[in-house]
Amino acid sequence: MKTYLPSRFIIERDPSRCIQCKVCVNQCTFDVHYYDAEDDEVRSHEENCVGCHRCVIFCPTNALTVRRNPLDYRENYNWRPEVIEDIIKQSETGGVLLTGMGNDKGYPIYWDHLLLNASQVTNPSIDPLREPMELTTYLGQKPDRVEIEPSSLSLKTQLAPQVKLDTPIMFAAMSYGAVSINVHKSLARAAAGAGTLWNTGEGGLHPELYKYGNNTVAQVASGRFGVHPEYLDVARVIEIKIGQGAKPGIGGHLPGEKVSAEVSATRMIPEGTDALSPAPQHDIYSIEDLAQLVYALKEATNYTKPIAVKIAAVHNSAAIASGMVRAGADIIVLDGLRGGTGATPKIIRDNVGIPIELALASVDTRLRQEGIRNQASIVISGGIRNSGDVAKAIALGADAVYIGTAALVALGCTLCQQCHTGKCAWGICTSNPALTKRVNPDIGARRLTNLLRGWSLELKDILGGMGINAIESLRGNRLQLRGIGLTDTELEILGVKMAGS
Amino acid sequence: MKNNQVVKIDASGIFYRELNAKLREVVSDGVQKIELCNIYGQRYIGTDLDKPVEIEIFGTPGNDLGAFMDGPKITVHGNAQDGCGNTMNNGEIIVHGHAGDITGLSARGGKIFIRDNVGYRAGIHMKEYQDRKPVVVIGGTAQDFLGEYMAGGVLILLGLNLKKGECHKANFIGTGMHSGVIYMRGNVQDFQLGKEVGVAELDEKDGLVLKELVSEFASHFGYAAEEILKHKFAKLFPLHLRPYGRLYAY
Ligand code: SF4
Ligand code: SF4
Repeated sequence: MKTYLPSRFIIERDPSRCIQCKVCVNQCTFDVHYYDAEDDEVRSHEENCVGCHRCVIFCPTNALTVRRNPLDYRENYNWRPEVIEDIIKQSETGGVLLTGMGNDKGYPIYWDHLLLNASQVTNPSIDPLREPMELTTYLGQKPDRVEIEPSSLSLKTQLAPQVKLDTPIMFAAMSYGAVSINVHKSLARAAAGAGTLWNTGEGGLHPELYKYGNNTVAQVASGRFGVHPEYLDVARVIEIKIGQGAKPGIGGHLPGEKVSAEVSATRMIPEGTDALSPAPQHDIYSIEDLAQLVYALKEATNYTKPIAVKIAAVHNSAAIASGMVRAGADIIVLDGLRGGTGATPKIIRDNVGIPIELALASVDTRLRQEGIRNQASIVISGGIRNSGDVAKAIALGADAVYIGTAALVALGCTLCQQCHTGKCAWGICTSNPALTKRVNPDIGARRLTNLLRGWSLELKDILGGMGINAIESLRGNRLQLRGIGLTDTELEILGVKMAGS
Repeated sequence: MKNNQVVKIDASGIFYRELNAKLREVVSDGVQKIELCNIYGQRYIGTDLDKPVEIEIFGTPGNDLGAFMDGPKITVHGNAQDGCGNTMNNGEIIVHGHAGDITGLSARGGKIFIRDNVGYRAGIHMKEYQDRKPVVVIGGTAQDFLGEYMAGGVLILLGLNLKKGECHKANFIGTGMHSGVIYMRGNVQDFQLGKEVGVAELDEKDGLVLKELVSEFASHFGYAAEEILKHKFAKLFPLHLRPYGRLYAY
């Protein structure tokens, strides 16, 4: 069948610069560039280009420009090029459209409608360069009250297990299989270096990374891949994954092509089989069942580590979160509408779930109203782009955030949304050994460490400006936020006042 | 060493957390045989135990018996409830009675023998890797979605309590199955099978596996293995390694 799909990108190769070195031919994983020996010229099949810009960055003479094909159909806000292309794809294949990464649609980004406060006159701001400034965060259940032994001034109350983070930014769940081992190595090393946590995702933990166990969140998801006693023992936190912002209510499956020998060893399934994650966990159909798994994991680890439960942000998140806390979760994780993924049906990604800002605000409010906010830490993820978003999330009530997409961008990702193809030209979302080499774990760890350092320094600046010297004092401090361009209902849900009031 | 000593624990009125703490303690003391009496629904018995100790249970253990367990041999003189052998790594569970839903959910090793019936979704998502192969043998019949998403291991359904001509209870047997094998004695109608499984005669290798496991089952519950094996068995196998590979556009 002749395809009616137009090329999405236009590739311009400046002939005065190109030296026919074929770097682009070798770098491209989507069969765009090729060498025509007869004419001794490098050419391109533009129709294959996904816009990942790997060639543009690696061309030694800056000869390449990749531009969006303007696709100047007659203007139509309803029938935009993307809508037309999707219909063409489905009419040619009859399948479900898959995509990678998070929701890219124009739903409101509330971070961009929230403004932070600063001290002027009545409260001195603090210069973090010269004064102590604390980002230390403890995750885990906090007691209702603490008792001190008067004679020794030591703590009498027995605390539930706590995890100390040097900065409230952690790396989000990305499974080995979806991302490569070198990405896992980069994340694990950076987390260990920066005193924070990274997350295995649902594909198990490669034995080489057991040594980073103290900085590892081990996920237990519906597929239970790679979940065995050693995995649970080595981790610092265990996270039960119920849902994910990029595909709420949907199971997953890692396509058989990505289940290489190494991936199969870590997931502990035969090579080349699809790794199917059922939509629900079949031992959890209710809050009571969730409690059962939470306590099964507490029993399995003898009450030594916090158990987190992760859900996608959906309409009734607040009520569910209350149930999660009552089910014994020490940390609740909310993943919003814009959370990324290695593969998801596009229609689900683009239409299901709610923005994380609204979910966070309503969950925090609800848990406070019920007097149980102290019983669990709140961690959010799904679209955190910079330290400003982090500060706003903490002011809205989060204890810490997970970053996934931002971490991958630090490793080279350009959000081409082809993760589900296994062909990632940046070597991130692939298990092809020729490509995974493109991420060097030493350099990857350095890039990630730099990112965390930069954001942490900025967070200190933000806190100092507010006249606050510890992130604890910003947590849930919505007075430090004002809304702009929001309706009364939005302000009410976010629990913030309008800027100027 | 307390090698030969049998430690008896009366569990009446004891909460599971206390009971399991006690089990951890005696197992780390080197005790190898434990008898638990008056068990009334305590959960997670055997969880977090990683030694090949023998535990005899009198009464009805609660949900998640042997969840994440790694080595013990548990014998239940009574029925087990839901989640028996959940994500079990290694060991054995022998139930002289019925077991509830999701028996052997996501098990990755070890053996589970149930004398009578099991509930819904038994053997769901069991998976094997190299020499690790979970086994579930059910003496009676099962409810729907037996062996759903099975990704490895051996599931045997014997139907010993079916009346003449009576079919197994389960529908959607082996839905989404993509690895492993189910051996079934007793009748099922075609519509009771999931779309992803095929039916075949047993070959010689199947016969050996079956004989070994049925003999083990029979010795636990006092049956004659030859009697059971005399009947015809069917083998259910996954039609595809990748049942959902052709669902997507791109
Ligand atoms: S990488 Fe740049 S210089 Fe080399 S062949 Fe491609 S376009 Fe030409
Ligand atoms: S991880 Fe790779 S494939 Fe996925 S969006 Fe980023 S660059 Fe593209």
